[in-house]
Amino acid sequence: MSLIHLTINGNKQTLDVPPMKRLLDVLREDLHLTGTKEGCGEGECGACAVLLDGDLVNSCLVPALQTNGTKITTIEGLSTTPTSGTDPLLPIPCSLLPALHPIQQCFLERGGAQCGICTPGMILATHHLLDKYPNPTMEQIQEGLAGNLCRCTGYMRIFESVQQAAQQLVVIP
Amino acid sequence: MRSDVSQFALTAPPSLEAVLTTLAQDPGQHTLLAGGTEIMVALGVGRLTQKSLLSIHHLRELRFIGVDDNSIHIGSGTTFTDIRRSKAIAADLPLMAQSASWTGSVANQNRGTLGGNICNASPAADTPPVLLAYGATVTLISKSGTRTIPYADFHLGYKKTALRPDELLHTITVPRHVADYRHYIRKVGTRNAQAISKIALAAVAKLDGNIISDIRLGAASLTDRPVRCSAAEAALLNQPIDASNIDATVRAARAALATEAHPIDDIRSTAKYRAAVAGNLLEEFLRSLSV
Repeated sequence: MSLIHLTINGNKQTLDVPPMKRLLDVLREDLHLTGTKEGCGEGECGACAVLLDGDLVNSCLVPALQTNGTKITTIEGLSTTPTSGTDPLLPIPCSLLPALHPIQQCFLERGGAQCGICTPGMILATHHLLDKYPNPTMEQIQEGLAGNLCRCTGYMRIFESVQQAAQQLVVIP
Repeated sequence: MRSDVSQFALTAPPSLEAVLTTLAQDPGQHTLLAGGTEIMVALGVGRLTQKSLLSIHHLRELRFIGVDDNSIHIGSGTTFTDIRRSKAIAADLPLMAQSASWTGSVANQNRGTLGGNICNASPAADTPPVLLAYGATVTLISKSGTRTIPYADFHLGYKKTALRPDELLHTITVPRHVADYRHYIRKVGTRNAQAISKIALAAVAKLDGNIISDIRLGAASLTDRPVRCSAAEAALLNQPIDASNIDATVRAARAALATEAHPIDDIRSTAKYRAAVAGNLLEEFLRSLSV
């Protein structure tokens, strides 16, 4: 076992885990952050993508030891501000729910998410893409998301979601 | 079946010196782990046989791109993202920038390293054909010193390299003065994004009028290792490429390439397809010179 100090979604954590344990499993099993999904488990599909010190990585290919001293952002960390008001369709007050990040909101509005397995990775890949290219061309969007496979949407709605997010985001929160 | 991660030891020695000391103490007992884009895949599917691993991903001394008058020196820990961001590489080594751009996805390029791509020694890897065409050298370091060898001598067989068990790949050095050369690279995969090559060819050639005065060809998936196509090179050196001679030059080059092509049938393609397409790629390059 190895002691790992890292910051997850802004919270400092110390973990005692096997050093070769995949970051994906640390997130899901040790930290119960199950928003990060396992798809292929071999770096091809991007479902497990997270941000490691701001860089998009596939968490299935990162051993726990290599996260020592790093900052990790998962899908749970994108939206931190509670929503205000109430929604009659929800069984709990909105203040108990995190607000959607603008990228999430755009995926919701444009039908960029269907079954949802690829969605957390898609949204983090989009975040990474818009950090680099605030006004991406279609080619840049396609390349930036080439490592994220979706079997539902046919991708066009995802590309439209990204384009809408780019229009709405001047500076990424 | 997935591996039991508790069976594997992974440590992060604090310096390159400490890594080399450990390798020298128990040569062959440890496997180096950089960006993890190969080893972690093997772990995930239960194929990782090495039980003791040394992480080198944090070693800043292996992550650099240095430029001098003659060469670009790339540390083995340099990621594909670093390579794609380098203005010097984009200007002087366009084939390397191109191959880095199609090595896996953005997430894999952020982690995968040039040294890992070379030392993993897959015959299908994207970077080796480029390094072979550019005539790169590699510097290997161990507790007992460093040595620099032509990269064309690095791959000895399927997944076999010239690295000794106590050695680490430190620097890849690529000559810069290829501006007056014509460049070519093409990778043939199942799809455009993050495919593994069925066949790939990288080439540089210098023309003296209509005569090929220098040529270097590197191929992936043509043999059991990344390979320099020396028979085809010999068949092309000092040969004419003008309109009246190009057909004969192409024929001779394809015949020579066929003698050194020993591809295999596997899940990605067939030997027959690979040999035929390798010839087509070479022909495409030669005819582009002729125009």
